Amino acid sequence: MQINTRFILLVTTLLLSAVSLNAFASPRILQWHTAKGTPVYFVESKQLPIVDIRIIFDAGSARDDSQAGLAVLTNALLAEGAAEKSAQQIAEQFEDVGAQFGNGALRDMAWLSLRSLRDDRYLRPALLTLKDLLSKPTFSEESFQRELANLKVARQAAKQSPETLASEAFYKALYGDHPYASPVNGDDESLISMQRKQVLNFYDRYYVSSNAVIAIVGQLTRAQAENMADDLVSELKKGIKIPPLPPVKNLSEAQTIKIDFPSQQTHIMMGQPGTQRGDKDYFSLYVANHPFGGSGFSSRLVDEIREKRGLAYSVHSYFSPSRELGPFLIGMQTKNEQAQQALGLLTSELQKFWQKGPTEDELESTVKNITGGFPLRIDSNKKIVEYLSMIGFYHLPLDYLHNFNRQIEAVTLEQIKSALQRRLNPEKMITVIVGASTESKASSQNR
Amino acid sequence: MRWIGIIVGTLMFVAGYVYLWEEEIPPAVMLSSSESINVYQLANGMKVLVQEDDRSNVVVSQVWYKVGASYEPEGKTGMSHVLEHMMFKGTDDYSAGKFSEIIALNGGRENAFTSKDYTAYFQRIASDRLELCLELEADRMRNLTLDEAEFKKEVEVVKEERRLRTEDSPTSLTYERFNATAFKSGPYHHPVIGWMEDLDKMTVADLRDWYNKWYAPNNATLVVSGDVKADQVVELANKYFGRIKAQQVPQQAVASAESQQSSRYLKVALPAQVPYLLIGYKVPSLTQAKTAEIESDVYALEVLSGLLDGGNSTRLSKNLVRGREIASSAGAGYNLYDRLNTLFILSGLPSAKSNISELKQALFDEVEKLKSNPPEQSELDRVKAQVIAANVYEKDSIFYQAMQLGILETTGLGWNKKDEYLEKISSITPQQVQDVANKYFVEETLTIAELKPLPMQKAKQTRTNSAGARHAN
Repeated sequence: MQINTRFILLVTTLLLSAVSLNAFASPRILQWHTAKGTPVYFVESKQLPIVDIRIIFDAGSARDDSQAGLAVLTNALLAEGAAEKSAQQIAEQFEDVGAQFGNGALRDMAWLSLRSLRDDRYLRPALLTLKDLLSKPTFSEESFQRELANLKVARQAAKQSPETLASEAFYKALYGDHPYASPVNGDDESLISMQRKQVLNFYDRYYVSSNAVIAIVGQLTRAQAENMADDLVSELKKGIKIPPLPPVKNLSEAQTIKIDFPSQQTHIMMGQPGTQRGDKDYFSLYVANHPFGGSGFSSRLVDEIREKRGLAYSVHSYFSPSRELGPFLIGMQTKNEQAQQALGLLTSELQKFWQKGPTEDELESTVKNITGGFPLRIDSNKKIVEYLSMIGFYHLPLDYLHNFNRQIEAVTLEQIKSALQRRLNPEKMITVIVGASTESKASSQNR
Repeated sequence: MRWIGIIVGTLMFVAGYVYLWEEEIPPAVMLSSSESINVYQLANGMKVLVQEDDRSNVVVSQVWYKVGASYEPEGKTGMSHVLEHMMFKGTDDYSAGKFSEIIALNGGRENAFTSKDYTAYFQRIASDRLELCLELEADRMRNLTLDEAEFKKEVEVVKEERRLRTEDSPTSLTYERFNATAFKSGPYHHPVIGWMEDLDKMTVADLRDWYNKWYAPNNATLVVSGDVKADQVVELANKYFGRIKAQQVPQQAVASAESQQSSRYLKVALPAQVPYLLIGYKVPSLTQAKTAEIESDVYALEVLSGLLDGGNSTRLSKNLVRGREIASSAGAGYNLYDRLNTLFILSGLPSAKSNISELKQALFDEVEKLKSNPPEQSELDRVKAQVIAANVYEKDSIFYQAMQLGILETTGLGWNKKDEYLEKISSITPQQVQDVANKYFVEETLTIAELKPLPMQKAKQTRTNSAGARHAN
């Protein structure tokens, strides 16, 4: 069987030109405030009889205030007892009605999420339970001790993962005395010194209506969503406005951290402070990174490291935008003997890219990939509710999704080059290398 | 609908369709259509399943092959997975990487996955680009280059994948040893990624044989889900895949797993920080359930797994994580859609104040409770409430739905088993749960693996700044 190559390319071109990029409808987002002043972001989704809700607080590990792990522990304990109900009763109440409850905390955000059937017989009880653990958590001594002990086990388990060790060392070196340096799941010392009182204070301060954002997607009218949101936060304290995080400082010098670890592979992480949500350079940097290490098999890093040389299974780079500057990070792993070669390649690829930026062809392919893939970003309620959370939490414009493709298409090579030169400095990278050292062999060869 | 399954079963294994006129492709036959799923068969035996869902302008296209790690002979493990990697390395008409490049230019995302029972390739893309995917998939079903130099690099990539996922992960290594002990021989003995020794020995000729043997339209299923019209999809599918001739595919002998007559116990000593425990019992899979009795056993085991680990309210969280505080985490799992008889697995990490032998005892206590008393009806109702809800929630993901159809077709159950699931689960009684616990959780088919951590060298850290100053800590 023969397939005519030119034919395929022709089809491709036709398809690309035939589809107007604005034809991909983005969801219509409604926004208002609850009676308590909490912002609500809502998308009505009629097809499925389900409702997704997320409540997001500015209560991530950036608020740990030198007690690493406090944000994660507080968030985890919300489901461990509330309003006279035990953890067991809470879990049963959700599961009796088939509701799926979730919670978690990262550096910026802490959240609670609920997915329920739309039918009031299921939705109402699930919402009441959610409201209880949001506004009346018990934080009993018993659950505090248990969850703390389990965090310690998780912390211990993390020490057998070279990747986790690398990541912790990277964040510590990147952020120094900035709150983002705090290890999300705590460190040895902080987990020993943790007090229940700190959890109570953390909750009182950060789990308040003026520090929350609500995102809702589902088979609801606006009026129904309004009532739901009003009721959900009605018993939260209003609280006081949380002060902004300090800005992230640029690195003053390059730093290399080597950790000897008995693994077959060496994990490498290289990076710098990168970009933040709402950054004027955000789209330039996002588009720039795509052909460098952000687009899998179409990226230079995968091509050089994996496709041409078979050195790694996974190699990537990304800008992880957050409230303040999140990292720009390059990561890979390779067998110990190849670590030096890999490191050399990463460094030279970064240098080349930083100096010259992507080619015109790379930019064109990138724009086609990102804009053509836009519908995939919003093809489920789950993805939409996550976008609403992000838009709400980071105060992005309501037309963020609507304008997404336009923003991508507007990026020029000149903007990319300028953004790369201004925002990155290959001379001042943090490099973390975790693995079994083959240094002695290498250095004797060098001599 | 049952008769459809029988017809398909017959057609599937008739070998050697011959078409003299390649250009004239016989039309596809519609086998059935339900509310949202349309099933067709091309004249060359390839199955096509289409699920129409117009919630967004997106389509998922998946091509499933009936081949995976459990089809591999001893000494050549890992072939299915390495071949999956090589499927991105070019055909006569499209050089290495071109497939991915074309999909990317069209805004698509693509990848592939291999398990013990199947190998599948997929694209997620704007729905008006489906034709492109089908054209490219049909091309690599028959015209793969399998270049020696590309293979040599790619097998190194796979070894790095094995180092990343298995060699440097104490829990993965323990699981691999556990599985190889529970299945001392037979198709499920070895890991999907293959043993390192076999990867070291593998040749491109091995892969060419493997490809020629299994990559045929009559051994494949196309599943398309999303904003498409079924009749248009099958027309496109026939246009591209219909040109490929059927061929004889080896009748896969279902190697019966060796019978286990006594419990097996292993201690895996590795440099690690936290102990880990795995307990497994041999149980039937739905695919192998040849009688109505075994079939209801399978659904009862599924309910039982929900009672142990179907949510934060269920027994392992309730009694072991909270309650007695013996586990920092614990789980139970069972894959009823495995192609062959399989394992029911219990696992956990001991809590800070407990240890591995207490955890083991506590898990066996849970097993004993299931054997000696039927569960409360309220517990069963809770499991069922979650199954009913999950059945609605899954409609939020066309990928997940397509995946379910693909698994059921490829392991031999047939896609319509999906529709029975809810009803079968709902019919299970507390007594049936107690009965299967007594029937299958027996000493004779038990395997236990413990990860015993050996001391790790203390991580030594060295920092160097630009000026070259070094600090050790």
